[in-house]
Amino acid sequence: MSHTAPPSSSWWARHQKTIAPWLFLAPALVMFGVYVIAPIFESMALSLYDWDGLGTPKFVGLQNYFDLWDDPDFWMSLKNNLIWIFGFMLAVPAGLFLALFLNQTVFGIRLFKSLFFFPFVISQVVLGLVFSWFYDPSNGLLALVFTSLGLEPLAVLSDDTIVTYGIVVAGLYPQIAYCMILYLTGLNGVRPDLIEAARLEGARGWTMLWRVVLPQLRPATFIAVVVTIIGSLRSFDMISIMTQGGPYGSSRVLAYYMYEVALSEYGYRMGYGTAIATVLFFIMLVYIGFVLRRIYRQEQES
Amino acid sequence: MKFKLKTLALGAALSLGTLVAHAGVITLNTDASDPAPKAAFEALVKSFEAANPGITVKVNTFDHEGYKTSIRNFLTADAPDVVNWYAGNRMAPFVDAGLFEDVSDVWKAEGLEKTLASAAPSMTQNGKQWGIPYTYYQWGVYYRKDIFDKLGIAEPKNWEQLVAASKKLKENKIAPFAIGTKATWTTGGWFDYMNLRVNGYQFHMDLTAGKVPYTDKRVAAVFDKWDDLVKPGYYMDNHASYQWQEALPAFVKGDAAMYLMGNFAVAPMREAGLKDEQIGFMQFPEITKGLPMAEDAPTDTVHIPAKAKNKADARKFLAYIASAKAQSEMNKTLGQLPVNNQSASPDDKFLKAGFSMLSSAKGLAQFYDRDASAEMAKAGMDGFQEYMLKPERRDAILKRLETVRKRAYK
Repeated sequence: MSHTAPPSSSWWARHQKTIAPWLFLAPALVMFGVYVIAPIFESMALSLYDWDGLGTPKFVGLQNYFDLWDDPDFWMSLKNNLIWIFGFMLAVPAGLFLALFLNQTVFGIRLFKSLFFFPFVISQVVLGLVFSWFYDPSNGLLALVFTSLGLEPLAVLSDDTIVTYGIVVAGLYPQIAYCMILYLTGLNGVRPDLIEAARLEGARGWTMLWRVVLPQLRPATFIAVVVTIIGSLRSFDMISIMTQGGPYGSSRVLAYYMYEVALSEYGYRMGYGTAIATVLFFIMLVYIGFVLRRIYRQEQES
Repeated sequence: MKFKLKTLALGAALSLGTLVAHAGVITLNTDASDPAPKAAFEALVKSFEAANPGITVKVNTFDHEGYKTSIRNFLTADAPDVVNWYAGNRMAPFVDAGLFEDVSDVWKAEGLEKTLASAAPSMTQNGKQWGIPYTYYQWGVYYRKDIFDKLGIAEPKNWEQLVAASKKLKENKIAPFAIGTKATWTTGGWFDYMNLRVNGYQFHMDLTAGKVPYTDKRVAAVFDKWDDLVKPGYYMDNHASYQWQEALPAFVKGDAAMYLMGNFAVAPMREAGLKDEQIGFMQFPEITKGLPMAEDAPTDTVHIPAKAKNKADARKFLAYIASAKAQSEMNKTLGQLPVNNQSASPDDKFLKAGFSMLSSAKGLAQFYDRDASAEMAKAGMDGFQEYMLKPERRDAILKRLETVRKRAYK
């Protein structure tokens, strides 16, 4: 039977349930549209222009993208982005390991949990500074370790072959803490009855972790991978603090290169900068699309 | 996104600031945020207000990095009446975009062609003057006199002596040159001096103006000479890991003996405990015999934005800051040199040396990143840094710079 509303009720009463959520969403949607969606399209349009931010923009078609293709600095940045992604993925297993280690009921464990979480709370700028001192080739801690072992100290931040790895390590430090928290929360939701059952069946150690615990942590793993990859693609602060893209541009990533050509002291090639931003955007878009498809499939399966 | 928000916030703050502006008030946007420049500007504003009753100056101080980004916003959107900036090619984009006011009338009325003569070329574009220079400082080689004396090294007067001195220092386990190239602009100073001494002022100006290819034989000649210092390792180790300030302790401790720098390096040297007798200053030695010597002397300036609201009073302010009296007072606080040649000469040892060196210079360059266009400067200084670390890549670097030059100056 149809549930026709009583004739006395108004149009508002009949449609309230469909309209109310949209009314609540409206302010956020407007802001999101104006400050997030619109600028994305604006940037893409701008990437077809040659513009110094002051004069009149000159339409150059796809020239900026052709220039990117021939630009060794762009490929260097892209390569470094890949190093960041793969390096950063280490944060997921490391975070899991820490979470398993800390997920115990011992006196004072909360203190240790907070200590391990601490790196994520401090500003990336501070971390960058601390790691710069750590890597300092004449007085840094790392140099002291190397010299005490009788080795030549490594100038991590001024060697073009290892500089990116050095910054990735610094970036991993807070990222591991973040993944750890995600897993700790996940571990709270692990069903004790399943663990109990598995134990009765004789599962322990690796088997228990791999077959019983990890599958239940799937949502946590998923989120950890997603935030880690997006975090690695957005890496910027550490590079800006530790090397400013140097030596001679060998530690730039796309986000930093974009900042440099468009907004820094020696930049103001707005069109070229937005072309880089557009490329980065599409890389993220492909990745996020892939992620969303997987979520959708999983939802359907369960 | 982050940056956009920041500029929006800045814009909002600025428009609030100018709402209260009316006749008799001029707003001054400045990046004089360090202690000495800040004090110098405060004193200047006070004496200007005393000399011009009825005009008050409202000062908005920015940090250096923030200023470079925000000046583009406030010049186009909501302009103050006076702004700080730099001479040379650095002001060209603003002049070309019609954002700076032509102030040739102030120059004529005050007879500044005579009193500010040394900086006039770097303030002139399209035959007009676009601002007022108020301070500059010399570059040169600061060296540890005590170390030189101990090792029996005399102040090098030409290239051969400089290389010989470096060799001797290195043999005594002292790095000949302190330098920090993490922020790459320090390499620009070296290139400037090498090019000025090998090829001379006119060639250097042509090169930084984009008129000469970087693959030119004469540019290669610069690097042939530079090789004399780079290849034997006469620069301190790991210089790409340090800012220029972080390289200073090596000089103070005596691990490095010379430092090619601007005069602003003297203050931190003194603060670190070096006595004036320990520090020597010399002009960068001669390389090509008989070539007239030109120097790097970056100049700081003030300008009136084209969209300023109170241009009449702003002109009075510019005329005031151009005067010998104002410049003497300001530069005493700044620890730099007044541009006005009628100003009182400085009594500081290094400024005196700089003053006599600059007044006999064949020409004044502004510095690589102020003379060359922004894009070229960035690529150039990255290239010089790469060369100083990997001298064998020189040809590839110069080829790359030539590609950038073709694009940047088309």
